[in-house]
Amino acid sequence: MFKRLSIIFTAIAILGMVLSACGPSASTYTCTDSIGCVKIGPTDPIHIAYLLVVAGPNSALGIDSRNGVEIAIDDAGGKILNHTIKFDGEDSGCSAEGGQAAGTKLAADPTIVGVIGTSCSSEARAALPLLSAAGFMMISSSNTAPGLTTPGDKNNYVPAYARTAHNDNFQGTAAAEYVYTVLKVTKAATIHDGSLYADQLQQVFAAKFKELGGTITEQTSVDPNATDMSSVLASIATGQPGLIYFPIFMPAGAFIIKQAKTTPGLEHAYLMGADGLFSPDVAAGAGADIEGFLVSSPAVSGEPYTAFLAKYKAKFGTGPINIFHAHAYDAFNILKAAIEKVAVQEADGTIYIPRQALRDAVINTVNFQGLTGVLTCNETLTVGGTPIKWPGDCSAAGMAVWQYHNIPFEIFVSPEVVWIQGTGVIKPVLAP
Amino acid sequence: MLRTWRQRITITDIFIWVIGLAIAGIVIWGTISTLEQGRYSASGWLDLTIKGLALGGVYALIAMGYTMVYGILKMINFAHSEVFMSGPFTAVFVALGLAQSGFLDRQPVIALVIISLVSMGVSTLIAVLLERICYRPLRNAPRLVPLITAIGASFFLQYVFRGFYGSGSEGYPTVAILKGTWNIFGIDVYKVQTVVIISAIAMMVLLYAIVQWTKIGKAMRAVSEDKEAAELMGIDVDRIIVFTFGLGGASAGIAGVLYILLFPVVNFYMGFFPGIKAFTAAVLGGIGNVPGAFLGAIILGLLESVGPNLFLTGLGIPSPSQLKDAIAFIVLVLILIFRPTGLLGERISRNKA
Amino acid sequence: MKSKSSYWVKTLQNGLVGGGISLLLSVVGLVLAFGKSYVISGVITMGEIFVLAPFLFEAYLSVRQAPSKEPGRLLITGGLSGLVGGAVLAVFVLIGEVVNVRAVLINSSPDLFALLTFHLSLLPGILVLLAVSLVTGVIAAGAYLLPERFRGTLSQAFMVVVLIGLFRDLIVTVIIRWGVVQYAFLWLFAESGLKIIGALIIFVLVGVLAFWSKGRDRKAIALKQSPRQQRVARWGLLGVLGLLTLLLPVILGSYFSEILDNVGIYVLMGLGLNIVVGFAGLLDLGYVAFYAIGAYTLGVLTTSEAVGLLHLSFWEAIPFALIVAVFAGIILGLPVLRMRGDYLAIVTLGFGEIIRILVLSDWLKPLLGGSEGIQRIGQPTIGTFVLAHQQELYYLILVGIILAGFITIRLKDSHLGRSWMALREDEDVAEAMGINKVKTKLLAFAMGALFSGLGGAIFATKIGSVYPQSFSFIVSINILSLIIIGGMGSIPGVFVGGLALVGLPLLLSQFADFRYLVYGAVLVVMMLMKPEGLAPEARRRLELHEDEAGPGPQEEPQTVTKNPGR
Repeated sequence: MFKRLSIIFTAIAILGMVLSACGPSASTYTCTDSIGCVKIGPTDPIHIAYLLVVAGPNSALGIDSRNGVEIAIDDAGGKILNHTIKFDGEDSGCSAEGGQAAGTKLAADPTIVGVIGTSCSSEARAALPLLSAAGFMMISSSNTAPGLTTPGDKNNYVPAYARTAHNDNFQGTAAAEYVYTVLKVTKAATIHDGSLYADQLQQVFAAKFKELGGTITEQTSVDPNATDMSSVLASIATGQPGLIYFPIFMPAGAFIIKQAKTTPGLEHAYLMGADGLFSPDVAAGAGADIEGFLVSSPAVSGEPYTAFLAKYKAKFGTGPINIFHAHAYDAFNILKAAIEKVAVQEADGTIYIPRQALRDAVINTVNFQGLTGVLTCNETLTVGGTPIKWPGDCSAAGMAVWQYHNIPFEIFVSPEVVWIQGTGVIKPVLAP
Repeated sequence: MLRTWRQRITITDIFIWVIGLAIAGIVIWGTISTLEQGRYSASGWLDLTIKGLALGGVYALIAMGYTMVYGILKMINFAHSEVFMSGPFTAVFVALGLAQSGFLDRQPVIALVIISLVSMGVSTLIAVLLERICYRPLRNAPRLVPLITAIGASFFLQYVFRGFYGSGSEGYPTVAILKGTWNIFGIDVYKVQTVVIISAIAMMVLLYAIVQWTKIGKAMRAVSEDKEAAELMGIDVDRIIVFTFGLGGASAGIAGVLYILLFPVVNFYMGFFPGIKAFTAAVLGGIGNVPGAFLGAIILGLLESVGPNLFLTGLGIPSPSQLKDAIAFIVLVLILIFRPTGLLGERISRNKA
Repeated sequence: MKSKSSYWVKTLQNGLVGGGISLLLSVVGLVLAFGKSYVISGVITMGEIFVLAPFLFEAYLSVRQAPSKEPGRLLITGGLSGLVGGAVLAVFVLIGEVVNVRAVLINSSPDLFALLTFHLSLLPGILVLLAVSLVTGVIAAGAYLLPERFRGTLSQAFMVVVLIGLFRDLIVTVIIRWGVVQYAFLWLFAESGLKIIGALIIFVLVGVLAFWSKGRDRKAIALKQSPRQQRVARWGLLGVLGLLTLLLPVILGSYFSEILDNVGIYVLMGLGLNIVVGFAGLLDLGYVAFYAIGAYTLGVLTTSEAVGLLHLSFWEAIPFALIVAVFAGIILGLPVLRMRGDYLAIVTLGFGEIIRILVLSDWLKPLLGGSEGIQRIGQPTIGTFVLAHQQELYYLILVGIILAGFITIRLKDSHLGRSWMALREDEDVAEAMGINKVKTKLLAFAMGALFSGLGGAIFATKIGSVYPQSFSFIVSINILSLIIIGGMGSIPGVFVGGLALVGLPLLLSQFADFRYLVYGAVLVVMMLMKPEGLAPEARRRLELHEDEAGPGPQEEPQTVTKNPGR
């Protein structure tokens, strides 16, 4: 066995020596970047990888993001600077160990320029040290843990890291503001599902809501795989909240919407979710009970987004699964714009991408017109004393609140915008 | 007699009793203090109970598949949760089609029957294929080997169905006639739950009748008792096993339709947790025993919906609903400590356990 | 006459099955996902191999079952089988032309139909599809007609080319670590898959070597070496293997070290579960509980965050982690002493779930971090050297495995080990023989918990953080599958199982979305082909064989002789 392997190895090695006698031609460009450059030969592709959860129970999250990137690549004609884009990647399982394994694998491939990912914040914490050391730029479409961009936080790897999703501080604050000041609800309850995303979001919401003067009647949680929500809803009903805030995912979100309508005492409470529930699936799952359901989400709308949805349906055969495709689409385009900005082109078509310069270019993106709005990556924003945006947070300004209506048999049951942060009420909401 | 008893009671027995009594004590204390708090009204408890019964009914039908297969082959058919998933996940497209054409609203009963038939058909097909491909070649292999093929098949089926229909969730259309409540003896009960409970009981009776009184049911029991002897008596063992899998699949298909009446969202991962619950229910009642599975499932359903609020609220534990599966499993341990072969399980001989 | 007609029916059936498998792979999206990853650049993609391989296999099966071995007839048989398979796909393409299949089956996209019809228009496309499947069938028949040595050589060379082409990216990441030597190999590969010339060279080289060694093997057996030579050879091989084990992380780089680390942690736990299930026969479906307990205890004790307790160093905390895990093992062991078989299985499963739910709960969040998990977990240090990277942790895991392996091997033939096996064979008889059931069972649980706790502690320090999501039921299932795939009760089996079940899926991450699909299929196929496991222990092959008919007459005396008896 060993003998045979070694024979094959030597034979190929000798052949290789002979054939590659004429070595690669010397280049005229010398890389001065502090962490090196990626050299892309005239016929080589530009390699962009994904690090998303595309298998396992949470795969809906990552697949939607990947779909968004694939459409962005199609829109770019499959090319950046006349080089084809090679887009592949790893499943990261929405777990720390998955993030570490997949991150290690990507880090071993020096042809990678940038990474779109991760899906979950726990993965990002495990993968970022590895990808950062490898010199990659990582842009996430769905990490929301504030710590990933908070200055001084141990998990902060900016400028190797940026994200287009709104962090929990951003979204939770906006939601609380809307609920307290516009809906005039003074008693609310929150539900999370044990995920980092939901737990932190409801904590931010609750803190802000209390700060504004509201009362949180109960902060509770459910299992993400639970279907029967009767016990949790019965418990919440005893506090008689005017609104239930549950920033969780499908399908648990749809079950809460549906079962809240049949829980005595909750028939007239507002129901509100976050961008994890901005999905046609929610409308399909909750059926007629979707009427009036509120979600906070970026203000995606208008012509480009409609065109995007049509492409999505044509390419993947389904409607979008959640909102993260739009964030991923923007993430890819920011990366692409930054590559185009920093790349050094040679006459023969060879290009060099200086890695540190690429990172700086991404972080210094300003007023980038994306699907989710106008994105700026290098600003710090504070709302009422709570910092909601730091450098690295590219998230678009103006979180919107959307309301669902019961429109049966629509392919894209898109809710309508009722409020935009900073702009104010677009449309009044009827009490349930 | 006295002497053997004294010999048998050891330190560990005492320890087990202490654990058991401690758990029971905490449960009782929690219950009493919850009721003293008076946070929930009597109608609230009733509401939770009815929902729990409906949930238990669904678990019971899924548990049938586990318990019947176990009765005959003495193996845990881990892929049964995927058998359960395949039916409703396929029938959703039929249901959406029927809803879109308006048929579902015009002829809800016929539409539901069609949906059930599709769901049953697919689940049965998957169950039978599973037996043919994954279990039959391994009938004489060590007992844990089919367990592993079952796990493999379970993964495979999940991702095949994800490949078929996508990784998102599909929603079932609402059946208009099942919305709202009925007033029974002055109590408002939701129509869906009532229909689910009644259908589940009817299905259970039917299954029990098949196993107990039909010729093929008797053959099933014969095979379960002693395969070789049954074969010598002229029973086609292969056919009986296929029939058992088919019957389990069909009941899983029906369970799927009842499930979507309660929880109208389907995805490729929907089978896993109900599968585990149903398996637990089957063991709780005494695996291999049809009425036992029903009893176990009802207890489990009730524990899940009533348990967290009843036992934990009084103890001041935050987010009790998060712990509902833990409660279910602790009660399971408690029951099995005092009845090691389940509620209705017989003391099966060591060769079978 | 009857056998002949049933034979043609069989051929048709095989063709249909082949077509069905191809169709399944197409409809779940596997074919299209690999439609652009070339095995040989510009020649054949993995997607096309997925379409055609079932035809090849089923045609070969048909030919092998043919009653007459006349070449012409065999070629027709193969061709027919392939053609039928192709026809299944053709029908699917036609249906797709008429009905919008995609409304239900989302992966039957226009791209898939284009791929199946070779990017031609409908009719010519279908004709080409049929022709290609016919040719595939004929090739299968042709392969059958070749002498065995040629056939083996060809299929071996073909497999190697496909595997190298498929895992091109992974192989390249290893090669580029080798400095100048990389250029000696890199030229074989294209951007996707192998270059044509590279594929040819590998094919020829592997083919020649396989052909040569197939001829030589028989002679080698005939030529008997002297016992001394054999001993030298064996020790030499062991030495080389040992050295290789030490050098692996250095040669293969960080990603393969990551894989090896994961395999190692699972092997460690597998060794523990092997004691519980393999030796003592206690079916434990909640083994993840001790893994979680080990990980969380280490996490709580060493984290530098506020949730932590004592802020110990890794080495100070690890004894606590092990003690807590062992204690948990005994706590679990006590209530289940009287339960058997599947009742035991469900209670242990419940125990695993209870632990997961508790670490996730808001209730224990102040101590265990809840959904936030525990971060900043201490890393092991030797002097001032920190074992932080996967390549360094490899050695820590290796030491753990050697310790656990040593303990297991010593225990196996000790008094305790024999008591475990006696209990597994027959609890009542064992008790009658004077074996203390309580002590023996609890020791099994404690030993299992010990290794699992160690695995969990190493896992926690490797990731640097723990989250409740890492301790789901699937982990228990994986470890159980690992020891059964390897061969129940067999210690080498744990290693083989670990490589097959943990290493393989990580390699399969190439298959991204489809890794669990492939994993599931591999699990089923492996068990169907080798029900006794990949590295079974011959002596105990039939144990745990609780036949419905009860212990057979041959098994009974065996049990008795194996028990030491007092």
